[in-house]
Amino acid sequence: MPQTLFEKIWNRHVVASEPDCPSVLYIDLHLIHEVTSPQAFAGLRARGLRVRRPDRTVATLDHIIPTRDQLSPLADPLAARLVDQTERNCREFGVRLHGIGSPHQGIVHVIGPELGLTQPGMTIVCGDSHTATHGAMGALAFGIGTSEVEHVLATQCLLQRRPGTLEVRIEGRLQPGVSAKDIILAVIARLGVDGGTGRTIEYRGMAVRALGMEQRMTVCNMSIEAGARAGMVAPDDTTFQYLAGRPFAPSGASWDAALAEWRALASDDGAEFDRSLELDASSLEPMITYGTNPGMGFPISACVPDPDSIDDASRRRALARSLEDMGLAPNQPLLGHPVDVVFIGSCTNSRLSDLRDAASVLRGRKVHPKLRVLVVPGSRAVKEAAEAEGLDRVFREAGAEWREPGCSMCIAMNGDELAPGQYCVSTSNRNFEGRQGKGGRTFLASPLTAAASAIEGTVADVRRLV
Amino acid sequence: MEPIRSFRSRLVPLPNENVDTDQITPARFLKTTEKTGLGKVLFYDWRYDSEGKPKPEFTLNQPDAAGASVLLAGNNFGCGSSREHSPWALVDFGFRAVISTAFADIFRSNCLKNGLLPIVVPAAVHRELFLGRERDPRLEVGVDLARQRLELPEGRSVTFPIDGFSKKCLLEGLDELGYLVSFGEKISAFEAAREP
Repeated sequence: MPQTLFEKIWNRHVVASEPDCPSVLYIDLHLIHEVTSPQAFAGLRARGLRVRRPDRTVATLDHIIPTRDQLSPLADPLAARLVDQTERNCREFGVRLHGIGSPHQGIVHVIGPELGLTQPGMTIVCGDSHTATHGAMGALAFGIGTSEVEHVLATQCLLQRRPGTLEVRIEGRLQPGVSAKDIILAVIARLGVDGGTGRTIEYRGMAVRALGMEQRMTVCNMSIEAGARAGMVAPDDTTFQYLAGRPFAPSGASWDAALAEWRALASDDGAEFDRSLELDASSLEPMITYGTNPGMGFPISACVPDPDSIDDASRRRALARSLEDMGLAPNQPLLGHPVDVVFIGSCTNSRLSDLRDAASVLRGRKVHPKLRVLVVPGSRAVKEAAEAEGLDRVFREAGAEWREPGCSMCIAMNGDELAPGQYCVSTSNRNFEGRQGKGGRTFLASPLTAAASAIEGTVADVRRLV
Repeated sequence: MEPIRSFRSRLVPLPNENVDTDQITPARFLKTTEKTGLGKVLFYDWRYDSEGKPKPEFTLNQPDAAGASVLLAGNNFGCGSSREHSPWALVDFGFRAVISTAFADIFRSNCLKNGLLPIVVPAAVHRELFLGRERDPRLEVGVDLARQRLELPEGRSVTFPIDGFSKKCLLEGLDELGYLVSFGEKISAFEAAREP
């Protein structure tokens, strides 16, 4: 029977499956960060358990570390304690930690693929909902809670019920100024924040094949924002070219053997999905969100919807509340709306190609004087690569801040945050109330849109600048 | 984990739909290394004003919320971040069940590991509960996990879905890790076959 990419990976990782019980699923790679792991290590200690496969476990520091200066002692005592705890846990349990000062430190979903740890056909988990990012390499990757982090540390397995499948087919060719972020914001706007619940998305079609690896990561990264368990793209030559030669990728004869296996992973012709959605990439405009969840997005030239036009009472209240929180009026355009901060970074959009996109707009131009612009590379390696080609100079000369790697203003628990009432065009993944700082207001958009908005000082259409 | 026995409780209504875990437990409170003590920051930014004073209009601050252990939540509760701090905070505050029409996957899974019962009800029952609670703030429901029944007013009840494994764990206060660890030999055999 024809199988989907998801089914092939799932079936190969089921260790046991008892009647009426969830399957015991083997995990190939467990990624760890400082915020969701301390209680899991404490649990191991309390039970007298060890980490079963330290060689399949990799840790980094990203959520709470400052991006201004990482080498001085942390000013926040709670953050310092969390870092200290993570360092001790990794030492005690023999887990590799790419911590402060490491050449591989960075956002967990940036360093996994970058180091070649993320490979096609793998099962990958992390105590972080954006783990689906790794699905771009043709892996089954999903976020888990801290109890499950403890389960994987102890057994290298998870109890999982098999999710359903959702095909998102994107055909056509993107117009200039429109990018991967716009694709995924359009997908989420179509599906809603719960349209993917209980399902694994496979992104397919000509427009997906045409995306580079980093762009596919941007798309898969936000699968959770549609409620999906995971998002994935079948591996192809783009994937293999990206992976070849990376530090943890197979080499020599084992590369050839792996390649043969990876080529067979793509969904078979005739494989069936539980649900399908089609999107035409050629008709997409740059997308932006106007509300307080990632499903509240629309083409940048659109006007804010009117709650009075919604029949369902619960949804009408939700939209009205969102607009109140965002300080927006029904039917107003977003283009030209004043902005206070622009944030370019996060596990969604902090890779080299994202920074190149932003720099292509900012080169030779100046950030609007009333704006604060943060550019935060996703990893130390991204930072060094960007500096080697002079992108840091482009940003600095334009008037933007060039920071150290970390989650920064995507999660606002590390010193980078919005002040109450501020508006931010952000390349991150969540526009939830207060996500970027209590009282802050977020417009999610692509690096191109963020850069254009940085110059104009308002929500701007990058197509007028390129 | 505390076993869930059948109980009766008043309802704490929170009709907002798509409540994300950033609202349940804002990120700046995730610097703790404990699982306990988060009840005091539950829904912090909705519950307290900028000076840290309780907002009287917020549902948790209303007199009828005291002692209630069932949260009546809007559609698609718990979306967003995977932080288990959210169920930890709900349990620490005193909740033992959350009723909604749907839950986000990771949040639901996290609840089941912490003795917090996610109860999915049909939209009509959901609406009726909100209306009933609005009319009578002392309205009670009964939760009978063994029979998978949510007991509504006037002697009526509705069945809610839960898989047999999670139900057994919740009823007996069992930890899933114990079950997983019992597969040690099979896991070793699986590894040996793949990594010769």
